Amino acid sequence: MRLKPVACAGALALSLGTLAACGGGGGGGSSTSANSSRGPITYVQGKDNSNVVRPTIAAWNKLHPKEKVTFVEQSDQANQQHDDLVQHFQSKDSKYDTMSVDVIWTAEFAAKGFLTPLEGSLKIDTSPLLKATVVSATYGGKLYAAPQTSDGGLLYYRKDLVKTPPKTWDEMMSDCSIARKNHIDCYAGQFAKYEGLTVNAAEAINSWGGTIVGKDGKTPTVDSPQAAEGLGKLVAAYKDGNIPKQAITYQEEQGRISFEAGKLLFLRNWPYVYGLASTEGSSKVKKTFGMAPLPGKDGPGASSLGGHNLAISAYSTHKATAVDWIKFLESEDRQKFFITTGSLAPVIVSLYSDPTLVQKFPYLTPLKTSIDHAVPRPVSPFYPAVTQAVTDNAYSAIKGDSSVQSALKNMATAIKNASSGS
Amino acid sequence: MSVTPMDATTEEQQGKRKRRTKKGGDEPDHRIDPGATRRAWMLLAPTIAALSLVIIYPVVRAIYMSFQADQHLDPTTGLFVAGGFAGFDNYTHWLGQRCNGQACATGEAAGYFWDVVFITFMFAFVTVVFETVLGFWFATIMNKKFRGRGLLRAAVLIPWAIPTAVTAKLWYFIFAYDGIANHLFGVHILWTGDQWPARFAIIIADTWKTTPFMALLILAGLQLISNDVYEAARVDGASVYQRFRYITLPLVRPALMVAILFRSLDALRMFDLPFILTGGGGGTGHATTTLSILVVRQYQVGFNGSAAISTITFLLVFLVAFIFIKFLGANVVETEESYSRKK
Repeated sequence: MRLKPVACAGALALSLGTLAACGGGGGGGSSTSANSSRGPITYVQGKDNSNVVRPTIAAWNKLHPKEKVTFVEQSDQANQQHDDLVQHFQSKDSKYDTMSVDVIWTAEFAAKGFLTPLEGSLKIDTSPLLKATVVSATYGGKLYAAPQTSDGGLLYYRKDLVKTPPKTWDEMMSDCSIARKNHIDCYAGQFAKYEGLTVNAAEAINSWGGTIVGKDGKTPTVDSPQAAEGLGKLVAAYKDGNIPKQAITYQEEQGRISFEAGKLLFLRNWPYVYGLASTEGSSKVKKTFGMAPLPGKDGPGASSLGGHNLAISAYSTHKATAVDWIKFLESEDRQKFFITTGSLAPVIVSLYSDPTLVQKFPYLTPLKTSIDHAVPRPVSPFYPAVTQAVTDNAYSAIKGDSSVQSALKNMATAIKNASSGS
Repeated sequence: MSVTPMDATTEEQQGKRKRRTKKGGDEPDHRIDPGATRRAWMLLAPTIAALSLVIIYPVVRAIYMSFQADQHLDPTTGLFVAGGFAGFDNYTHWLGQRCNGQACATGEAAGYFWDVVFITFMFAFVTVVFETVLGFWFATIMNKKFRGRGLLRAAVLIPWAIPTAVTAKLWYFIFAYDGIANHLFGVHILWTGDQWPARFAIIIADTWKTTPFMALLILAGLQLISNDVYEAARVDGASVYQRFRYITLPLVRPALMVAILFRSLDALRMFDLPFILTGGGGGTGHATTTLSILVVRQYQVGFNGSAAISTITFLLVFLVAFIFIKFLGANVVETEESYSRKK
């Protein structure tokens, strides 16, 4: 029929026309004028589980009625937060001014040109902040984000069974005889095939002096004898049964549940476990657990750094207000509020020796030691591919499917290929 | 019969009548109402527009993207720049497993692309076989008349009604190391850690979830078979097996093939169940990774690479559907007329 192609073409044109209209987003003004421009801004963060953001915003809005901050709340899934930010950046949305960025995404976003470097009129004083957190926010020598909260690994141990916590890994392995005597498992961390395994593997590698990538974030340096020694310790512990077989499926929660049920002697986990293990009804270890810095080669181990950084979008139109908001969030009062209300570890060094805080949160002391020795995970713009390379190979090495040497060699090859963009 | 003067007709009208008698059916004569066609296409235009928007545009755009290179780092500035035209590079990366010109190492997703294809097809085949057999069994039971039949039908549907994400999480807890599955059978299987246990965990969870769907579709087919045929067969002395083989199976075949086709296409696109239950892991770390999981994992690394896998998945699913319809006789679009004409 004569009408068929006409109708089809018309429909196609209609749909493509609508799509073209949907395409454009707000383009920002020139960056220099935005640097000094003030006005209302938005703050984007994942789900505010501990209810610290809304009171903070209320306090700011009272002081700055003409430059109000609006909260844009994302889901509480890290991957969805990442993808949501990427979508808005790619469409150059000027409605996302400031955002809370996980430490592992900062380099990626900086390399893609999504973030405004904090220099010149947007400079931030980083001297009172933890060194490792500043490193995680730096890319190509420039500071692209301001540290907001931090997190480090802690060793939870049963102080009724082990009088003093082990200072080195080998000491901890010899303490495993106590675990065997009491018929419980010895040590567990996070060894399932996900980001947590990168954290644990990086801690093992870094604690023995190895590194995963060089300073440029691209050249793999993981195929070294130090890294082999570090990863080898995890592999040996799994083979000997000091790490129980089921720990290969453990994420944070499984390890915590096993520890709280009294089935685990040593647990490597994040500070959030303290609150739950000491107050939860099902916890059998309320009064019998202690916390210590992670054990390493000859002393404290190198914890992986967790936490979030605050960034200003490259497409924001009110950057002067944005940088003042960031400074507000980094002020001592606000950092104290974050830890007392939300149990979010601060980034200001002096707060870790504040007597009232240390009394209320006994994990602050071992946490400070952990963070002092912390090494950020690879600060690389190709982080998703790097973490997959580390996770896949560490998993295979721990399970015994490949030797430590070949695992590290594959890790290096995979990281090299990822960084060359293939 | 003689033609009376009153029946004198023009050439055209005679021709029309001739055509009518030749075809021997009541084929509508388009020339009677030409406006009907135009109206039909006008009414269809919004649907065509919606389908183009939702189906054709994304597929075409994905194919276009799969021929572009992902962003790469400019070594001088340290910032990402857009990749240009990549030709078939993305495809050789996945199909030929070439990373940067050499074979891919462990830790690079392309290294296990063909494993993933095998896993996807294996899941699809095994789950469809189990679900068809079990679904057929359920359907024959649900087809009988007994008290409480309505309740049974509702109860059988419950697994399919629960959202897949919730189902996956429930089975995750069942298959945990100290979960119910290990307790009940007194074993210590690492369901989410070892290769074949992880695969069986997915197969069991998926069969539990989707058998009701198959049962429902097959039940629809069974209900079309009239009881008289069975009565006649029973009178003729046919055994249960003979009745099943020579009456039920051929008559339920159209509905059965449609059910199997839909289920196979769904199974090839399986994503949420393995993603949430095992994270795609197990064995060496990817024992339960399906093609869709690979696509989603690649988003974080580069959209154009994942567009290539997406297109490959699309082609595979298309191929399977084509085989079903052309050679295995799944009738999804045949009209009443053409079907009866074939008989």
